[in-house]
Formats: sequence, structure tokens, C-alpha cells
Amino acid sequence: MTAQSNNDVIALHPADNIGVSRRNLLVNETIIIDGALIRIAEEIPVGHKVALGEISAGNKIIKYGASIGSATADIATGRHVHLHNMKSDYIASHTRDVVSH
Amino acid sequence: MNGYLRQDGRKGIRNIVAVAYLVECAHHVSRQIVSKSNNDNVHLIGFPGCYPNEYALNMMEQLCTHPNVGGVLLVSLGCEGFNRESLQATIAASGRPVETLVIQQQGGTLKTIQAGVSKVQQLLAQAEQTELVPMDVSELIVGTICGGSDGTSGITANPAVGRCFDKLVEANATCIFEETGELIGCEDTMYQRAATPELAKEIEAAMIKAANYYTTMGYGSFAPGNAEGGLTTQEEKSMGAYCKSGDSQIHGLIKPGDVPPQGGLYLLDVVPDGEPRFGFPNISDNAEIVELIASGSHLVLFTTGRGSVVGSAISPVIKICANPETYERMADDMDINAGKIMNGEGDVDSVGQEIYDLVIEVANKAPSKSEAMGHQEFILTYKQFEPIGPGCLPATA
Repeated sequence: MTAQSNNDVIALHPADNIGVSRRNLLVNETIIIDGALIRIAEEIPVGHKVALGEISAGNKIIKYGASIGSATADIATGRHVHLHNMKSDYIASHTRDVVSH
Repeated sequence: MNGYLRQDGRKGIRNIVAVAYLVECAHHVSRQIVSKSNNDNVHLIGFPGCYPNEYALNMMEQLCTHPNVGGVLLVSLGCEGFNRESLQATIAASGRPVETLVIQQQGGTLKTIQAGVSKVQQLLAQAEQTELVPMDVSELIVGTICGGSDGTSGITANPAVGRCFDKLVEANATCIFEETGELIGCEDTMYQRAATPELAKEIEAAMIKAANYYTTMGYGSFAPGNAEGGLTTQEEKSMGAYCKSGDSQIHGLIKPGDVPPQGGLYLLDVVPDGEPRFGFPNISDNAEIVELIASGSHLVLFTTGRGSVVGSAISPVIKICANPETYERMADDMDINAGKIMNGEGDVDSVGQEIYDLVIEVANKAPSKSEAMGHQEFILTYKQFEPIGPGCLPATA
């Protein structure tokens, strides 16, 4: 597994279409991954995922070189990839408000 | 390093006197005995249920005859379903000093506490007679678990533990990773790493069982904090957790309380067999830690991103913090700062070596952070298991 990384975002595997932020990335910052310039489209908190290319709805999200789920919407380069635009192919994720009064 | 030599040939890195309640009704009395004994080597364990359960008996037998345990005081109310005679006989047969106090026979709370404190003093004195002998790295069993994972766990702390596991396995030590429910999505790569085709089939069956179990429960092992930390799906969390196992071949599949017969890497299947009966497979991290210890773990490597603080009774827990921000906030609780990998101040290899060195130090009696602060969490609940299948263990040399 060869990791391509700079100080801002880690791409864990050459096949990955997302990178993991090493720090909080702000709107309009640019990062360089594997020689390519990517403009950050929205705030990406540390540890969260950013799209390294265009990802169409239904396509797999690849991290560690393996599928970690599918896009539920078209995702543009530089956007935050999370619960709002991808889902598990196994079992649904839940948040704290799943049980409330 | 040196270890406490037990009758079965296993060696301990600690010499604990365990006070074990056999039903929740004996919990307070047991806690008082531990607290009044005022000794870091006296730990509280127990089972709260009143109905008998084979798994609970097996787990208590393995825990009370763990190499880190030098003596045991059993505390029974008197009318519970736990088979205290069988447990006492197993502990006695292991060569350890053991005493049982039955609260209803002693005459109640205060009399039992008083008797218990003096029994513990005798047990400590007897345990101190245990011979200390040279112990090799190959005699160590090390478990690993992650808790409070976030987006950094799978990048820093987990792969670093994987490197440490590779080094330990190379030295012929035994390493255990666990929680098949948290490995959903990693099936194919695990089958490829199995030592034999028979083992690959056993792992496949265990993974199908885990997927069915969690689907019935309605939740994966994915907690809300995971999503806040940047993880989105079960399989993403799984891939990150799976890195803890390193790159070695998988030598065997065990269930809680099975002690690996020889060195190598083992997968601990913690998901109960049969129809889901008693609820979630493991209700919290400590339930898994207890199972790793019941399978012989001398110490446990706990990776955390969000910041867990727990330790355990019986075996020390080493905390490896994945997230540099969490480390800054909670450094007192963290033994290793793997978050420096995020900042580019270290890499997976150097942190892996740091963890390996600390494993040897803690095995050499240096307390881990949680151990020094008195963390001795313990939880044991109802479960059921069938024995492992014939393809699960390596052929004995």
C-alpha cells in the first residue's frame, strides 16, 4: 500500500477517490494531491473525507483501496463526503437523534 | 523480563488477588472488601446475573485462573444460580489459593466484609510466594481493541498497532484481534490471509453470523461519535479497525475463553452462536476487553480517536491515541501519541516500534496510564457459544 500524501490530506491508497484531512480545511483553500490541485469546496473537519475527483451517484467510495459504501448523490471534486451524500452497502449508520422524546 | 510461574506452565505479568461476586446481590459487599483492602493488587470482578449461564461460568473460570491472577476470593449471596462449587474446584485445581464467602452463611454485610478483608490479606501473602521466573516475549499474549474510533484511528493508531503485532508475531508471541461485527466489509482480505482453506471457511461462517446478528439487532457497531469524527459507514470503520491485525497470516479463530495453543495471530469471534437471545453481542468496550483477557491476554492495546479512558481488572490496558487534538486534551490518559503521524512528526513504523517497546516495559511491571490511575473496569453479561469447529486451530507441531 503506497500512501500519497502532503501535509493537508492523506490518500491512503492509489485507487482511492477520497482523501482524509489531516487538519480542518477551509473553503477555497487549495491542496495538492499527487501533483493535482484541488480547491476545497466546503469546510472539511480533521479526519473527514474530501472527494479527490468527480464521483457520480451510485459509484463506490474507495478508501484503503477498498469500497466503503456508495455515493447517494453526485459529488464534485473538493466536496465533503459523509452521511449526506454516501451510504453503507451493508447496514445503515445512525446518529444520536435516532431515539428522542 | 520475569513472570509469575503458574502450575499450568503459563506465566503472569501481574500477581492479582481477584475478589469475585457471583451475583449482583454480592457486588456491594465485594466492592467494600476490595476498597478496605486498599491494595493495588486486589481487583474486583464478577457476574451480575442470578440465572445460570455456561458462558459466564466458563469466562469466570478462565479469568480466575488467568496467569495474571495469584489468588481468588469468591463472594456469593447464597441463593443465586451461579455454580460456586464448580468455580472454586477449578481454581483450586489450578494450584491457586481460593476462598469462598457466602453472605447468608456469614451473617450479612458487615460480617462478610470483615471476613473478606482478612481472607484477602491471607490470599495476598500466599500469592506473594509465587515463583518469579524468566519470561520470553514468545510467552506473551497481547490483545487489541479500538474504542471511540474516528477518522484518524484507521490512519495512525490502528496501522501502528498492526506493525507492533507483526513484530510480536515475528517473535512468536500470540496476538488476538476481535469483533467480527466490526470487520464487516473486510471478508475477502481476511479469507486470503487465513493459514488454511479450512480456517478461511470458519472465518467466512463467523462473518456471516456477525452480519446476521447485527442486522437482527438493527445497528452495526457504528456509534454516533464515529460519524462526528469523520467515519461514514460500517465498512469504512471496519477497514480502519482491521489494520490493527497487521499483515501476518491468520493462524486461528477462537471464541471467548479459548486460549490460543501456540504463537501467531488469532481472530476472536465475540458474536454469540444461535438466535440472538441476550441482546447486543458486546454492550460496551470493556465487555470485549474482558473476553480478550479470558482468552489469555496479558495486556491489551486499546486504540482510540475520540478518547476513551478505560482500563481493566486483571490485565493492564495500554492506550494508543490516534487523534493529535484528542491527545492534547487527554494526554494524562494516553500512553502513546500516534496522532503525531497526522502531523507528520512520526510514521506508522516508528510508532509501531514505540508501542512494541512499551508492551515490553508494561510486561516488565511498569504500570500503564490507566492502570496507574486505578482504572479497573469490568463487565460480564449473558451470552451463548458453541465450541469452535475443527478447522479453527493450527495443527499442533
